[in-house]
Amino acid sequence: MVKLTYIAADGGRTEIQAEAGDNVMHAAIAHDVDGIVGECGGSMMCATCHCYVDDEWAARTGERHDGEDDMLECAASELRPTSRLSCQIKLTDDLDGLVIHLPEAQI
Amino acid sequence: MTNRAVIIGAGQGGFQAAMSLRQEGYAGVITLIGAEPGLPYQRPPLSKAYLKSGEADKLTLRPASFFEKNAVDLHHSTTVDAIDRKAQVVRAGGRDFAYDHLILATGTRNLRPPIPGLDRALDLRSLRDAARLRAELDRPRRVAVIGGGFIGLEFAAVARALGHHVTVAEAAERLMARVLSPEMSARFLDMHRSMGTVVHLGQPVTEVTADGIALADGTCIAADLLLLAAGVVPNTELARDAGLTVENGIVVDAMLSTSDPAISALGDCAVFPDPRTGQPVRLESVQAATDHARAIARRLVHGARDAYAAVPWFWSDQSDWKLQIAGLAGPGDSAHQDENGAVWRFDGEVLTAVETINDAKTHMKVRRLMAQSEGQPILRSSLAAEAGDLIA
Ligand SMILES: Cc1cc2nc3c(=O)[nH]c(=O)nc-3n(C[C@H](O)[C@H](O)[C@H](O)COP(=O)(O)OP(=O)(O)OC[C@H]3O[C@@H](n4cnc5c(N)ncnc54)[C@H](O)[C@@H]3O)c2cc1C
Ligand code: FES
Repeated sequence: MVKLTYIAADGGRTEIQAEAGDNVMHAAIAHDVDGIVGECGGSMMCATCHCYVDDEWAARTGERHDGEDDMLECAASELRPTSRLSCQIKLTDDLDGLVIHLPEAQI
Repeated sequence: MTNRAVIIGAGQGGFQAAMSLRQEGYAGVITLIGAEPGLPYQRPPLSKAYLKSGEADKLTLRPASFFEKNAVDLHHSTTVDAIDRKAQVVRAGGRDFAYDHLILATGTRNLRPPIPGLDRALDLRSLRDAARLRAELDRPRRVAVIGGGFIGLEFAAVARALGHHVTVAEAAERLMARVLSPEMSARFLDMHRSMGTVVHLGQPVTEVTADGIALADGTCIAADLLLLAAGVVPNTELARDAGLTVENGIVVDAMLSTSDPAISALGDCAVFPDPRTGQPVRLESVQAATDHARAIARRLVHGARDAYAAVPWFWSDQSDWKLQIAGLAGPGDSAHQDENGAVWRFDGEVLTAVETINDAKTHMKVRRLMAQSEGQPILRSSLAAEAGDLIA
């Protein structure tokens, strides 16, 4: 299991235990965490799963995938260097403790 | 404001309507009634990831706790039998649900043409269908797919990659002909053939037997697993019996209201005016189902009166090709392939759609351009200037 903390735009924290192999978008949905929509189910079609990886973790979640930049440009909230599509961040045991910040809006 | 919303059909669009009503601040009772068992789920992976992984729980749109937390009263495994518009009541298996506003989100079902023996062929529409198909692929199979549309081809690509013999029989002269340009159809044909899939075009299936399928030109294709993927029919019987206007779907106006102002319709079952042409269209996509649902929720909660104008988008994953379509082209629209392989569709001088393969950049640029144009036509002549390097 991988511990994962989502911090909402208003500061509210939700801590969950997700499975390695899952992605950050799906883990949020499966645990009913608000703030991630994930309309296309992780097909890189919607940019409604936008998140900011916590600065401490940004290096460990890796580079944006092919096409992710173009999708992110269409995200509803401000784009930052740590912006990612959460459906493209796959959870591994190395990411135990990962902290994810959620944007104000997804649509 | 109304205070009892009933939604018929707990698929992608029905679920989204319930969620959007709450997000917009709807304070009344929300009842979501669906014929299928269990929690609402997404269909796109049924012909893609799910066939490979078998992970059904990954499809669920939201967990059970969501329905409690948001006071969405989900009645699954419940089929609505009738709508009484006078009494504003929906009847389902002896139970009555009163509504102030009713949303029809009944989707589609597989089209079953009158071909002898066709009952041997399986469907791919629901999780149940997909689970059955997946189980059938557990040993070497000779697969015949009836219909070369998105779902048939996605299934064919997965089955072929798993090592099965696969034949696709399409009645039209090219693949995915209803929505895609001839250029793209040809590229996908090459790709499927290079995977080793046999594709027959222009040959309707005339008979299905225990040995396989027969085509109009007399060709017999040996098969022991048959998928029927020859299109769908909208589930409109409830609406028609209730006296609502039905024509290739439940007809709604630009605000997605049916001929009865207390009833809206959305998603696969709804025919709405194309924002660009005003012509009635029915789309089968996650985008249409969810954008319709959000628009209806805004109207019911805030009284928003603006006409539905969302930019259509669609995707299909076949082998390692992701096809993306931004916009909506008519079958007669011209097609121009640019040097990067994107196909630009025009109705006269007006851009209607762009089709790309593994090119998220162009796809998203076009989606943004279409959204920003706010209904103003995007002319071919303006494209070079507006979109920079997009089209020569
Ligand atoms: C295999 C497959 C792959 C797909 N791939 C893609 C894709 O890649 N991209 C994309 O954009 N779209 C795709 N789609 C299409 C997309 O899934 C649909 O457009 C979307 O689900 C439509 O949502 P909906 O709510 O209108 O209908 P549905 O999701 O079909 O839901 C309708 C629901 O209504 C229920 N219902 C019907 N009548 C009644 C009744 N009388 N009482 C109670 N319940 C009733 C049905 O049982 C069903 O559960 C795919 C579809 C399939 C089947
Ligand atoms: S869920 Fe759609 S892009 Fe991530």
